[in-house]
Amino acid sequence: MEKQDPSQWRVYHPYHSPFDPCPARPKHFIIPPNETAPFQTSARKQYSPHEALRKGTLWPDYYSPYPSSVRDGGAE
Amino acid sequence: MWIYEKKLQYPVRVSKCDPHLAKMLIEQYGGADGELSAALRYLNQRYTIPDKVIGLLTDIGTEEFAHLEMIATMVYKLTKDATPEQMKAAGLVDHYVNHDNALFYHNAAGTPWTAAYIQAKGDPIADLYEDIAAEEKARATYQWIIDNTDDPDIVDSLKFLREREIVHSLRFREAVEILKEYNATQKVF
Ligand SMILES: [Fe+2]
Repeated sequence: MEKQDPSQWRVYHPYHSPFDPCPARPKHFIIPPNETAPFQTSARKQYSPHEALRKGTLWPDYYSPYPSSVRDGGAE
Repeated sequence: MWIYEKKLQYPVRVSKCDPHLAKMLIEQYGGADGELSAALRYLNQRYTIPDKVIGLLTDIGTEEFAHLEMIATMVYKLTKDATPEQMKAAGLVDHYVNHDNALFYHNAAGTPWTAAYIQAKGDPIADLYEDIAAEEKARATYQWIIDNTDDPDIVDSLKFLREREIVHSLRFREAVEILKEYNATQKVF
């Protein structure tokens, strides 16, 4: 399992009626780094070329791991 | 024009014989938020966008075709040796009676691709916000497919594709910022 980034995840708890058939589950959703990271600058920290090719981005700031144990109810 | 390199943008390996996974992946092939929609949308919009962001639409539109090719490879590998019985068990009998094991541009529910999925409004901000939304929807689709497979090799390729959608969205947001600045940076002689 790769490194998780809980800071990219948000959670909410919709109303749960006592008559709802299934146990309540918190709803998680992701705010990917494109929402919060500043735009590309040359001063930004970079992955090595090989790691960047694997990850799909040159910049750690824009990397978003998935799946996440946050959503699975693992880490908080 | 384009120059074709006879290799995939990112390796595609399939570790399990699981034609059912092909049925899910086809959403990103011929679905509303899939790679075909993305490529055709961007490459078409670029003719009527301010010149500073034309290159971005060309770059991303071209990359979407590379993604389309990755999805096609996954679907092909997952179904090429499937028997009619296996296709049926995977929920692909409707596909089989029309296409045998050939690929086709439709979504996971079998609805054929349509140009009605995409838009070119001619208004640069409207078009770029559509593109940003398209990238977020494609990212979400990849998440839901990843959630539904335990093939580690497919998951590896899908994670790469998902990350590319995040970077594309970021770059379209940058394009919006470039448009906002347009008059300020215009040289008047
Ligand atoms: Fe994309």
